[in-house]
Amino acid sequence: MIPASFDYVRAGSAAEAISLIGEYGDEAKFLAGGHSLLPMMKLRLAQPTVLVDIARVKDLSYIRDAGDHIAIGALTRHMDVEKSPILAQHVPLLAHAAGYVGDPQVRHRGTIGGTIAHADPASDLPATTLALGATYVVQGPNGTREIKAADFYKGFLESDLAADEMITEVRVPKMNGAGWSFQKFNRRAQDWAIVGVAAWRGSNGSGVALVNMGQTPVLATSVSKALAGGASIADAAALAVAEASPSKDNNASVEYRTHLAKVLVRRALEESTK
Amino acid sequence: MEIRVTVNGKQHVSDVEPRTLLVHYIREVLELTGTNVGCDTSSCGACSVHVDGEAVKSCTVLAVQADGSSVTTIEGMAAADGTLHPMQKAFMENHGLQCGYCTPGMVMAATSLLKENPNPTEDDIRIGLEGNLCRCTGYHNIVKSVLAAAGK
Repeated sequence: MIPASFDYVRAGSAAEAISLIGEYGDEAKFLAGGHSLLPMMKLRLAQPTVLVDIARVKDLSYIRDAGDHIAIGALTRHMDVEKSPILAQHVPLLAHAAGYVGDPQVRHRGTIGGTIAHADPASDLPATTLALGATYVVQGPNGTREIKAADFYKGFLESDLAADEMITEVRVPKMNGAGWSFQKFNRRAQDWAIVGVAAWRGSNGSGVALVNMGQTPVLATSVSKALAGGASIADAAALAVAEASPSKDNNASVEYRTHLAKVLVRRALEESTK
Repeated sequence: MEIRVTVNGKQHVSDVEPRTLLVHYIREVLELTGTNVGCDTSSCGACSVHVDGEAVKSCTVLAVQADGSSVTTIEGMAAADGTLHPMQKAFMENHGLQCGYCTPGMVMAATSLLKENPNPTEDDIRIGLEGNLCRCTGYHNIVKSVLAAAGK
């Protein structure tokens, strides 16, 4: 399988990439690691006429301690997120979840900004950053803006990003020692989650997000509210799907997904509660 | 588009269509057919090669993305005099292959794995090779081979 023909241009900076995308219009796409986009292009589910390769924008690959949060450059690869000592110390849930994306070869190429921009509800890191209350920094022709993860995901593979905007940084609040858990249920090691759960629980609250339980990654706010109100883990986990709208596919019916989500949220909360 | 890629130590300058996949460039332009195409959907790992020292699935990388990079394929693993790479030798000695189709990818993924984790447990190897499928299901001896190559 080979993609349909396209033109290929390379950007040396975020500003140049945005200007190139503006020049080529709606049919152009940014190419980062290419591990979501290229498979879709090979299946001809996507046929952009121009790819703007941003992978060589080296100043967008970093992981920095920024005080109350960790700042991650959008082009940081999953393998670098997984192995980061800074994240292991301050946001261990994200480092751990990154180790569940695809397989090592995929993690050598795929980037955190790419997977978030792709906005696949079945991907691990959109939901994980959502649970953690991350903020995405986005650059466009008129400058930068910040979008909270909770406001970012709009539909299946749809986000608040305009066609000429790109994510430049992901800001993830430090977990300050909160308990956490990442549950990924699948049939084969490298698969997408049939259902996944990213959760943390600390002295200042909790965050729970669901993978593959709707058209977007789902923030399970009812679970967190119940916990804040003193509910038991079992009672809180029973509310796991209050915000979800799962669909059926070859792997699972709606009923099965609903059951799995409740079980996995309960397990995640048990593991997160210290 | 003109690309410059060093493959197994030799520099190549080639004119490729942007949509040319790295695996097709390796197999059809450079005629290095040791790298196999299996699933063609970045699942099976048969097409694994090293780009700048790290295993990647060459069916999901464009040749133009590898411009300026150093690529190693299975043909580049043995020494010039034919002495096998320790990982190849370990696969041979531990019956780490049956039909052999997945083997080039397994060897490339396993050497990348040992580079990142020189002292892996059996579990580390099983998890580390999650991106490589063997349809003969010869996983036990593949894991044994990688353990042997790690000196265990």
